[in-house]
Amino acid sequence: MTTFVLLTVTGLGLGALYFLIASGLSLIYGLMGVLNFAHGAFLTVGAYGMWFTESKLGGVPIWPRFLIGAVAGIAVGTLFAALVEIVLIRPLYRRHIEQVLVTVGLGLATTALIVAIWGNDARPVPSPAWLGETTTFLGAHIPNDRFLLIVAAILVLAGLETFLQRTRYGLIIRAGVENRAMVTALGIDVRKAFTLVFAIGGAAAALAGVLGNVYFTTVDPNVGTSLLIFAFIVVVIGGLGSLRGTAIAAVVVGLVQQYANYYASSGLGDLSVVLLLALVLLARPRGLSGSFA
Amino acid sequence: MRRAAVPVGVLIVLALVPKFTVDVPWVFNDSLNAPGTLQLLALCLVFGGLAMSYDLLFGYTGLMSFGHALYFAVGVYLIAISLTKWHWSFAEGVAFAALVGIVLPLILGVVSLRVTGIAFAMVTLAFAQAGSILAYKNLYGWTGGEEGLGTDYTKLPAAFVGILNTKNLYWLALAYAAVVFVVVRWAVSSSPGHVWQAIRDNELRVQVLGLRPYGYKLLSFVLASFLATLGGIVYVLLIGGATTDVTTATFTLTLLIMVVIGGSGTRWGAFLGGVLYTWANQRLGDASSSHIVSSLPSFLRTPLEQPTFVLGVLFILVVFFLPGGLARTGRLRKALS
Repeated sequence: MTTFVLLTVTGLGLGALYFLIASGLSLIYGLMGVLNFAHGAFLTVGAYGMWFTESKLGGVPIWPRFLIGAVAGIAVGTLFAALVEIVLIRPLYRRHIEQVLVTVGLGLATTALIVAIWGNDARPVPSPAWLGETTTFLGAHIPNDRFLLIVAAILVLAGLETFLQRTRYGLIIRAGVENRAMVTALGIDVRKAFTLVFAIGGAAAALAGVLGNVYFTTVDPNVGTSLLIFAFIVVVIGGLGSLRGTAIAAVVVGLVQQYANYYASSGLGDLSVVLLLALVLLARPRGLSGSFA
Repeated sequence: MRRAAVPVGVLIVLALVPKFTVDVPWVFNDSLNAPGTLQLLALCLVFGGLAMSYDLLFGYTGLMSFGHALYFAVGVYLIAISLTKWHWSFAEGVAFAALVGIVLPLILGVVSLRVTGIAFAMVTLAFAQAGSILAYKNLYGWTGGEEGLGTDYTKLPAAFVGILNTKNLYWLALAYAAVVFVVVRWAVSSSPGHVWQAIRDNELRVQVLGLRPYGYKLLSFVLASFLATLGGIVYVLLIGGATTDVTTATFTLTLLIMVVIGGSGTRWGAFLGGVLYTWANQRLGDASSSHIVSSLPSFLRTPLEQPTFVLGVLFILVVFFLPGGLARTGRLRKALS
């Protein structure tokens, strides 16, 4: 039982990480029709932004150092994502294949640049000792960072839902996902929403990078690329463009991965996720929420 | 006959390369028929052929697959495993790899072609990722995990072993590129080939005309994957072993970059893209240790030391300023005037 609780909480934590990456991917795809291969790079940039800031704050006590690093990481990731949209994506408006290709090139080039500057080795990222300690929950000793991941993802989900449902820009984004041509015809500049969605997606991905630093305790140049593939699987299972579908799929994928790794055999978790994707697509070719054509 | 004149001419010139002892400064380190140069040229030819096989999917059928690396890796790994771990003969290994190179894409194609567009890209990516995970996990100690696996050279045909025989490997790579070129040309001008291009341009119209795109797409998928498996077999002979690099999603993305830089859906584009990319990747790596680069200030030098960075940026520039890739530059100029 205690093992099961530990696996479940860890699976939820992993699902939280997947959700943070996948939510941005899903929103960007839903609004702009662009599958963003540079999304992993946003995460890596955020993670390195945090590591770099922390490494410059050597003498500062760990909690402020950690928090300043986290804020800096998210800020850098957000800025990077917004710049990418303005400089690289916007000029290729309506040319979806080219937009995807540009993000592919950008993803590879960014990773290579980080390798060039800081090398291929994993760098330790210091975080407060409390996050590495365990809390006893239903008899299981669970590392505290799992709770941080889950709480962060729930807050982001709630924040995004509120933003999409309650604000004017949220309304424009929802309308744009539904029918972009009509929104444009009503005299609203959708392109501002494009930049906004990229910035939000970048911020969520950079947050995932910050939390990934806590979870993995190190950062390396390929962290974004390896997580991105699972985020893609989550987005497709959840149904592209649907935030709630993405959240459900992220939890399912995280749990399946953990259970299969423990109860079947180590390494089978990743394969079972792929199998899950194949099964979902065979049964429901449009993903769980069925909202994309 | 005239249509075949240029390709045959290029083939003859390329076939004669190992006979020339000429230095080509800047382009190659060594003389043209030195083993090092021939090895690089052979690698260029294999990737040229592989890029053409990918172009069959992407450029001619409009299927954006992100899992092409899987079928290449099937050729690479099955030869290495069957020879080194199972102690099969070379012929048995090739026959087995070729068989899997047809059956596997058939099974996976049936599943992944149920969806289209981006979802198809994702499913192929996921299947390739499964292959990559298997290679990394080193089940039964077959794949050698991250360290990779060398081929047992005593099982290989004697003509392909040793530095002196690099020219034979070069000719093998050339033969592979030529076979892919001929097969792709023949396939896209055949009757299903015309349907592929119609699917690429407008799948709905093909359906309205009463054809079922599914079977045609599957045919294209299996043929392209099989050609990639053959390329993997040539590659493993050339390199002498299998590494996990060839299984990764990044490897497929590299193929996509080759095809787009060269020009997708054109006769020579993908081949040129594959050759140039492989050459540039190698030479940029060499150039980064040259004294011209090392004398640059560090903010310029550091990025230039990473070929992937330079090629990634170059790729973005091609997408922006050279739509249609290198192969279409001539045509574009004609259209403008």
